[in-house]
Amino acid sequence: MIEINNLTKKYGNFTALNNLNLNISTGTVFGFVGPNGAGKSTTMSILATLLSPTTGSAKVGGYEVTKHPKEVRKLIGYMPDFFGVYDHFKTVEYLDFYGASYGIPRNERLQVIPQLLELVNLSDKKDFYVDSLSRGMKQRLCLARSLIHDPELLILDEPASGLDPRARIEMREILKELKTMGKTIMISSHILPELAEMVDEIGVIENGVLVSQGKVSDIQNQLSSNRILNIRILENKERAMEQLRDEKFVAKVEADEKGLQVHFSGEDKDQFELLSKLMADGHKIVSYSEAEADLEDVFLAITKGA
Amino acid sequence: MMMLYLKQKLINPVLEKEFRLRLRTIRSPLALMFYLFAIGLIAFGFMYMMFNDYYYGGMNPERSREMFYFLSGVQLFLILFMTPGLTAGVISSEREKQTLNILLTTQQSSTTIILSKLFSSISFMILIVFATLPIYSIVFLFGGISPSQVVFIFLFYIFLMFSLGAFGILFSTIFKKTMIAIITTYGTTIFLYGFTGLAAIFFESINRGVGSNLVGFLLSLNPLAALISMYDSNFTEQMFRSQKDFQIWEIFVFVYFIIMIICILLSIRFLRPALKKKKLKQS
Ligand SMILES: Nc1ncnc2c1ncn2[C@@H]1O[C@H](COP(=O)(O)OP(=O)(O)OP(=O)(O)O)[C@@H](O)[C@H]1O
Ligand SMILES: [Mg+2]
Repeated sequence: MIEINNLTKKYGNFTALNNLNLNISTGTVFGFVGPNGAGKSTTMSILATLLSPTTGSAKVGGYEVTKHPKEVRKLIGYMPDFFGVYDHFKTVEYLDFYGASYGIPRNERLQVIPQLLELVNLSDKKDFYVDSLSRGMKQRLCLARSLIHDPELLILDEPASGLDPRARIEMREILKELKTMGKTIMISSHILPELAEMVDEIGVIENGVLVSQGKVSDIQNQLSSNRILNIRILENKERAMEQLRDEKFVAKVEADEKGLQVHFSGEDKDQFELLSKLMADGHKIVSYSEAEADLEDVFLAITKGA
Repeated sequence: MMMLYLKQKLINPVLEKEFRLRLRTIRSPLALMFYLFAIGLIAFGFMYMMFNDYYYGGMNPERSREMFYFLSGVQLFLILFMTPGLTAGVISSEREKQTLNILLTTQQSSTTIILSKLFSSISFMILIVFATLPIYSIVFLFGGISPSQVVFIFLFYIFLMFSLGAFGILFSTIFKKTMIAIITTYGTTIFLYGFTGLAAIFFESINRGVGSNLVGFLLSLNPLAALISMYDSNFTEQMFRSQKDFQIWEIFVFVYFIIMIICILLSIRFLRPALKKKKLKQS
């Protein structure tokens, strides 16, 4: 659905995108992760035909964005990172205006708009003025707006920014629903764990370069088979360390002032057996717990190798 | 063919939205009332002075014609004053409100967006100016002016709004900030109209008797001179100091029509980034 080849974008002397290569296949939910200023919004604006690339090519649905912008616009629903709404416009009128701007006939709009409002949970706000809606509602309305022409591809630039946890969950539910509708979705964020829960694939961009791209399922496998156990022992740490090193499933043991970190590749059952064994051998265990794995580290580690 | 094209370009969601939102603000009716009040006050002030004038003893066709000239001049200045303010914000304010990006990703062409914005911002002024027609009826009451002259002047006003509006919309497209667009549009208006008038007066005074067309051509760029040449068919000849086949207002309309077209085409070109080299022709 999206093919980006050697895409470079310069703002004056500053290179925002540097020979970016990225492919997203149809039906994928793609998470675009990177720190502030990495070039996520720049890439998305180019795909949305709002910026012209300096060099390189970007294709959406086989159409080159610079050569067939009108066809590309038809294919995508774009939600910018920052957007405003018109004053004195009611929610339905707002959607109706954009529907008309996409050339959707009136009777079709009348049908689609209530469905979209239902999807984003704004049915009860249909006669409210848009500028009186809360931030989260506007965000959802903007998402509904980007769906008005039933696009195949959604480009969502940080749709969850500025939302409270509850609204984030709602947003995630909506995206799940869109995924089941078969849409290809490209969604950006600078928080990887948040994205990992709702996407199939992840690409990490830094300083205008795609540093890695991979499937979320790979990370999850890797994560469950690579846990770190934090063990705190009252006395005789060294003996415990030595014994642990000889255990099955233990890859590495490290120690610091907080306790031992055991890199463990077994399952829950093996984890339990390890604990029983340590207790039976008389180790004075104060605590035994699984560490929160750093998703980013794991992700970067596996994608770098691939 | 042409009409069909224009109809297609002009009956569109952007225009409809502009009208709808404009009518919802309290600003529009207030501006309308204020304008009518100002023009009315000027007209009645003029008549009051006339009726109190012992020498002429009230209104007559001659006075009535003077009042028409006077009102037309005042209205001209009000249009020159209002048009930049009404048009120079139409694109940049959408950019500032961050609604422009979304609009640009829809199927609306750059041509549709620019023309709709121009029409909608000017249509309000056309409404205002036409609302002053009842005041002009006083002129008819006392005679001295034919209805066709009034129609003519009003057409000239509309032309003026479009040509000035085209400047406004171009600067609004090019500049990111509305404030800068407005200042540039006023600056251009003052330069084009003020400068030509002052320069003409200047050359007229230092260049007495020399057979030059300079003063005439300078005045041909000035809307007030164009307006005068519409009432007074000898004006062109006096200013050029020779017989001409055309009137000052005809040159004015010709020149500013071309400038207007250029401004509109440039606005259409610059609304979206240069994606294609052939964009100008295509969109
Ligand atoms: N119009 C512009 N002019 C100059 N530089 C720009 C412009 N827009 C973006 N940049 C620069 O390009 C770089 C990439 O910006 P971009 O907005 O794409 O980052 P981002 O990944 O979306 O970041 P964030 O997470 O903060 O949204 C930044 O360093 C930014 O300063
Ligand atoms: Mg961004």
